[in-house]
Amino acid sequence: MTTSHENEKEKMQTSVKPNSLASVAQANPAKVPGTRAMGTGLETRGVHAWFGKHHALSDISLDFAAGTVTALIGPSGCGKSTFIRTINRMHEFIPGAAMAGEVLLDGKDVYAPGTDVTKIRLQIGMVFQKPNPFPSMTIGENVLSGLKLAQIKVDNKDDLLEECLERAGLWSEVKDRLGAHGGSLSGGQQQRLCIARALAVRPQVLLMDEPCSALDPGSTLRIEETIRHLSDTMTIIIVTHNMQQAARVSDYTAFFLSDGGPGQMIEVAPTSEIFSRPQDQRTENYVTGRFG
Amino acid sequence: MTTTVAPTMPWKASPRERATDTAIFLVALLSSYTTVAITPMKGKLAYFAVFFIAYALLTAIFKAQQRGSAAAKDALVNSLVAIGAIVTVIPVISILATVLKNGLPGISFGLFTHDMALATPTDPLSNGGILHAITGTLLLVAVALVLSVPIGILTALYLTEIKGRFTGPIRFLVQAMSGVPSIVAGLFILSAVLYPITKAYSGLMGSLALTILMIPTIARTSEEVLNLIPNDLREAGTALGGTQWRTVAMIVLPAAKSGLVTAIILGVARIAGETAPILLLTGGGDKVNPNAFNGPMGSLPYYIWKSFNAGSPEAITRAWAGLLVLVGLVLILFTSARFLGSRKAAK
Amino acid sequence: MTLQEVTIPAPREITTEPRRSDKVFRAVVTSGGVSSLVILGLIALFLGYRGFEVLRQEGMGFITHSDWSITTDDAGNVVESHFGLAAMLVGTILCSLIAVVIALPVSVFCALFLNFYAPTWLKKIMVTIIDMMAAFPSILFGIWGFLVLMPSVEYWAKLLHRYLGFIPAFDMQVPVYTRSPFVAGVVLAIMIIPIITSVSREIFSQAPLDRIQAAYALGATRWAMIKAVVIPHGRSGVIGGAMLGLGRAMGETVAVFTVLNIVFQINWQMLLGAGGNVASLIILKFGDASPYEIKALMAAGLVLFLLTLIVNGLANLIVKTTGKSGR
Repeated sequence: MTTSHENEKEKMQTSVKPNSLASVAQANPAKVPGTRAMGTGLETRGVHAWFGKHHALSDISLDFAAGTVTALIGPSGCGKSTFIRTINRMHEFIPGAAMAGEVLLDGKDVYAPGTDVTKIRLQIGMVFQKPNPFPSMTIGENVLSGLKLAQIKVDNKDDLLEECLERAGLWSEVKDRLGAHGGSLSGGQQQRLCIARALAVRPQVLLMDEPCSALDPGSTLRIEETIRHLSDTMTIIIVTHNMQQAARVSDYTAFFLSDGGPGQMIEVAPTSEIFSRPQDQRTENYVTGRFG
Repeated sequence: MTTTVAPTMPWKASPRERATDTAIFLVALLSSYTTVAITPMKGKLAYFAVFFIAYALLTAIFKAQQRGSAAAKDALVNSLVAIGAIVTVIPVISILATVLKNGLPGISFGLFTHDMALATPTDPLSNGGILHAITGTLLLVAVALVLSVPIGILTALYLTEIKGRFTGPIRFLVQAMSGVPSIVAGLFILSAVLYPITKAYSGLMGSLALTILMIPTIARTSEEVLNLIPNDLREAGTALGGTQWRTVAMIVLPAAKSGLVTAIILGVARIAGETAPILLLTGGGDKVNPNAFNGPMGSLPYYIWKSFNAGSPEAITRAWAGLLVLVGLVLILFTSARFLGSRKAAK
Repeated sequence: MTLQEVTIPAPREITTEPRRSDKVFRAVVTSGGVSSLVILGLIALFLGYRGFEVLRQEGMGFITHSDWSITTDDAGNVVESHFGLAAMLVGTILCSLIAVVIALPVSVFCALFLNFYAPTWLKKIMVTIIDMMAAFPSILFGIWGFLVLMPSVEYWAKLLHRYLGFIPAFDMQVPVYTRSPFVAGVVLAIMIIPIITSVSREIFSQAPLDRIQAAYALGATRWAMIKAVVIPHGRSGVIGGAMLGLGRAMGETVAVFTVLNIVFQINWQMLLGAGGNVASLIILKFGDASPYEIKALMAAGLVLFLLTLIVNGLANLIVKTTGKSGR
């Protein structure tokens, strides 16, 4: 793991000045959670994850209030992605995977026996690291693919299509070529298409696993705007390696770290506090780029 | 942390879900029995079909009630893919079971020490044996090996080492060659060698036809194996000043040795039981013939064919016994190829 | 600073003069490499040469007529002969089509089961069994098919005729079920299931993992995921696999010969115990054929050779192109 830590450190030192991070975060004060009628949000209680014998994640308890954006930061291999994949139950596709603890969506455990896992994934959408539109479908079909996959019937498909693309910030660019194949778009457009696709099934929660890491800075900015807009209506959890991004888009930030053992959550706080006065020395070292 | 947390897999079926599944299974079983009992349908197929339809429908209806139409379709497809897997495996089990059941009574020590020179297939089983067929098959395979291994491996080397202008077309032709019907290979040797040149049946003629069938198997498997050899090795060889010939002979081929052996074994397994060209070309002698180049040559497929067509119960038992020996041979070859292949993969 | 003044040099040509040992090596390997071309060419050449006389005499009738008769006088000279392959070709195509129609769904479901449903241990065992099945000699399928399978298949054929007889394919006038194209088709289906299964399994396993995950993350059931991602990805590869199976089924000899009743009359009724098959014809007639009839058999072999070559070539093209685009 040392090499990845060093990489992180290098990245930090070249691209981030600690002062600017704090100021960016302060310019963007945290929303007060729980003020909107969007359900009671998402909560994890003592979540652990294993891959076979390997204990990857230890005892994560976090509260994601409805209508907020939470950024998960930390070096590679600290279990951030594993954590969000336990939330929408994508973790279990890996052979030998196991978990412990509870993930509560509106107070109900998504791992409770008899739960319909496909319903859970409809309520908790996900955007992946690399854009992955379905190659055999057109842009329009891609956006509505979730409805088809889960056999959900809607009356006004065209309205929904426009609404989702509008919210993902893609409508004006693709409205004249909805019949084109998804692969004909640029990388950033494809990623926004994937966001629109996730929105079409109207999830309460949207998980984003490093959604901008494969994109250029311009596209990254567009997606960050999209995230800010979306956070008015849904709960967003975003894994990111880019601390500027965490500072710009998130209300809360959680810092994850693995000291060779399972990944742990070191600290969670409103984003401005994490970047201006972190409580833990390790957090401070990481956000100021003095890691290690 | 003082308390330890045990890993769990909440996505695995809960006891309750298991119980439901078992219940559905039993209900389907019961309905298949009752349906067959009270309707004119009969036979294994009826049990199987009714059970399957009942099980598929019950799980689908149950899922539909619980989780809606998408889950119901999913459950239906679950049953369908399971049936696909079962239907694929049933013939193998049936074939192996029948060969064992019908072949074992015909197996005796004498079978392996006598030939059929003084016996006919319809004789009692104590007369005669398959010694000539076993030696014949071994000779046929040996000669075919001598001819096909160099050509097969050279073809693979051309595709992986020379990579000339014709690599694409030749790969295509090798694949086309693996689709040549065995009877056509037999007719070809008949028309090109037996009629104009030797004018007599012999083991060699059979081996020539088998060679044609064996080359593509060896070439294609060897190509895959040689492609797995990392390019660094070749570059290391040439960088040390070795010629391409020395690099291939001293580095590439030794590194691929066990894979090439696997390729050859698979080739042998492919042709050991080949029947159609043998019927056209070898003449099928009844006594041990150690000379592959002269005189009719018996072989296991020929023996099986002749006994099967003789039709009497004794002859059929002979055919099954011959099949058992042949299948045993193919299985030994196949298993050793697998073993070598997996050992290489583990390395 | 004027950029225009820079002249771009012409690239130097790099030449290597291989040493003599390498020249020999390359010549030997290349000659081995072109052997497949030589062999395929020789097959066409010799079968064409031997069958030329018959082909010239019969003309197009060789594949459009279905008489097969030869009359000789006491001295053994050919007085009159009619050679037509039409019934055999129709039979070959009918049997192989039946085989593919049965084997394709079974194989695709089996491949889906292996890739997306079976636990790893079961997958390993089943893949071994299916590969082993592909190595079984065809005479084994033939004798097993005749002695074990045929009684059951005849019973299924009766059921098909009784309950689905209104469909033209299952219709027939004379209720003779023994050794019908349907029986041969079932045996061939069992023989080609391993081929289609392994091609499909290979193609399905190349389905892009990130798309599979995207589908699951959108709340897809396993089947919905397969329909949205795996099937579009693997469709043409599976068609290629089916054609490989078709080619194999067309050229199969011994297994078909044991379970099929050869009749020199075009018959499209799959349940009727009268069929045709080019490869089986050769085995049937070879034993006591006169030299002139042998020539007709050679010509029949040429037709079969070309037929399987075309089917296999198309199949390999399809599999190859999809295999590339999938990666």
